[in-house]
Amino acid sequence: MATETDTTNIDARRLVHRLPDDVLLHGGIVFSILLMASPLLLAVIMSTQSTTEVYQVTNLGLGSKGLSNYSDALVNYDFSTYMLNSFVMSVIVVVGKVTLSLFAALALVYYRFPYERAVFMFILLTLLLPVPVRIVPLFQLMADLGWTNSLLALTGPYVASATAVFLFRQQFMGISASLVEVARLDGVGPLTFLFRVLIPMSRGMIAGVCVITFIYTWNQFLWPLVVVTDKSSQVVQVGIRYLQGSAQAGLTQWGLIMAGAVLALLPPLVVLIVLHRPLLRTLTIQQK
Amino acid sequence: MSDITIQNLRKTYDDVRAVKGIDLEIDDGEFLVVVGPSGCGKSTTLRMLAGLESVTDGSIAIGDRVVNEVPPKDRSIAMVFQNYALYPHMTAAENMKFGMKSASEFSGDEIERRVEEATETLDIAHLRDRKPKELSGGERQRVAIGRALVREPDVFLMDEPLSNLDAKLRVQMRAELLKLHRDLETTTVYVTHDQTEAMTLGDRVAVLEDGRLQQVAAPQELYDYPSNQFVAGFVGEPAMNFIPASVRQRGDEHVATAPGLSLTLPAGSGLDGIDDDGLTLGVRPEDVSLVSNRAGASESFTAEVTVTEPLGELLLLHCRLGDEEIRVKVEPRSRIAAGDIVELAVDTDRLHLFDSDGDAVYHSSVPEQVTESALAD
Repeated sequence: MATETDTTNIDARRLVHRLPDDVLLHGGIVFSILLMASPLLLAVIMSTQSTTEVYQVTNLGLGSKGLSNYSDALVNYDFSTYMLNSFVMSVIVVVGKVTLSLFAALALVYYRFPYERAVFMFILLTLLLPVPVRIVPLFQLMADLGWTNSLLALTGPYVASATAVFLFRQQFMGISASLVEVARLDGVGPLTFLFRVLIPMSRGMIAGVCVITFIYTWNQFLWPLVVVTDKSSQVVQVGIRYLQGSAQAGLTQWGLIMAGAVLALLPPLVVLIVLHRPLLRTLTIQQK
Repeated sequence: MSDITIQNLRKTYDDVRAVKGIDLEIDDGEFLVVVGPSGCGKSTTLRMLAGLESVTDGSIAIGDRVVNEVPPKDRSIAMVFQNYALYPHMTAAENMKFGMKSASEFSGDEIERRVEEATETLDIAHLRDRKPKELSGGERQRVAIGRALVREPDVFLMDEPLSNLDAKLRVQMRAELLKLHRDLETTTVYVTHDQTEAMTLGDRVAVLEDGRLQQVAAPQELYDYPSNQFVAGFVGEPAMNFIPASVRQRGDEHVATAPGLSLTLPAGSGLDGIDDDGLTLGVRPEDVSLVSNRAGASESFTAEVTVTEPLGELLLLHCRLGDEEIRVKVEPRSRIAAGDIVELAVDTDRLHLFDSDGDAVYHSSVPEQVTESALAD
């Protein structure tokens, strides 16, 4: 018995010995990556398949439909409108949020006003009340204002952001006090200082906040679903839901839905790839 | 005219009194160094001069104008900071121009001309288009000084500008600052904690401690005739030896005694009527020497060497005298080791006595011109 185990052990050791040192490590990494990427890979594969092909669970090759699911979604199911709406909404939220947060951080860091700390704490406290928690009163507010089905309703609740204010505040506080003092000695005004010094020095942080905000806004589902009833004003995440409703002969058109999902994925992916460096820097600062 | 008059200047933060009443006159074109240990209020004073801190009480006048309420940009000052305070995203030239462009009435040509001049004066013309991170510490500080020059101010304020540089560069920049000041003759207030910098740079040196001015005098006068024990101990490296002593009058002579030591004090200023215990005798390490090197030394004493520190140009001995430890500078390469008993004598021309409050009551030599500041009133 003992001899048998010994032999296996030796065999195993020989095998490991013959392989390069880190092959196990690399194997593990490749496996994890495949595991994590599998939903996405499956989505891409299914987006090329016809509905019947999707229902054949073992069919994991590229399907017969090619890119026609994509053109179908874009043209026949108004996906291009949804994507445009999402894009406009995201850009407005990014610009609004960054601008507002920059000014708020400027006030918090460089101005002395009463109850400054309390104001900052209050801003942080709003983190406890994200949009989904406020959705009922918020909807009531939008209805009272008559903003439903409009861009105002889509973007308004997202423009003020405690996270962005906090990040910019930390960024500004990390800028050496003597730089501010030099500017004061020269009589440089607060707006010149913001645009000529603070913003150029915070480029990385601003880019990071832009990426996070863009992706976050792009992925909003619940609020647009609630506040927008007019299909032509709808955003892409809800658009995917609409695709699901368009069943053919009782079968959900998974190929079409997957094509929509992949399409919806592309703009954030592009933004992420273009701005991944500043984003990583922002995330490191957040960890501190 | 850009002399500076500071009267009874005070600064209080909540319950901390940082500056406790400073009176100081700085002449037009003077290079005044304010020196003191950390937290003595020297930077606060400078920042009040600049207008970065409000004045709690008292007044600051530049020329004939009281500037307490004048915003910094209208004070005709330029400040150089310890950490250079250069904008990292701008080139050297942009850094120099930024303040002028953003908030002054100067034309682009005028600013350009001044930058041109400043970069030439400081020999940094070739660095114009580099960003701070591509510059060395010394170059950065030059750019920062250049930015101050461009403003052509009446007063330069410098807050430990050399502290972030390495020792060699510091010596070099020190010389350059002196040369610059000689060329421009602009009134300069220079804050530092480094007494070597203070001694080498200042026309006069103001020693600050605990928010109060201790003494303002020319460097050598400060060294030779400190007005109190703090100044005596702060200026000079290594610090002056302080030995608790009592002084007795014997006939015409005054004799200072301490455990293991008895010295006849030469008649100097302020000995009359001193017949006291609880005094402190001060003598600098270089004014104590081995008897073998001092011909005709009358009153010698012995001490045990506890530590020897070879400093290259001299050998520093730490000796036990009674209960006190004294430091003695002797010739380098002297064959002295810890544990030796050495016979020492002091230069009786260079003795100081301080009373129990720390005020100087006696210097054994009389300055050629006793200025008011030499002795505390």
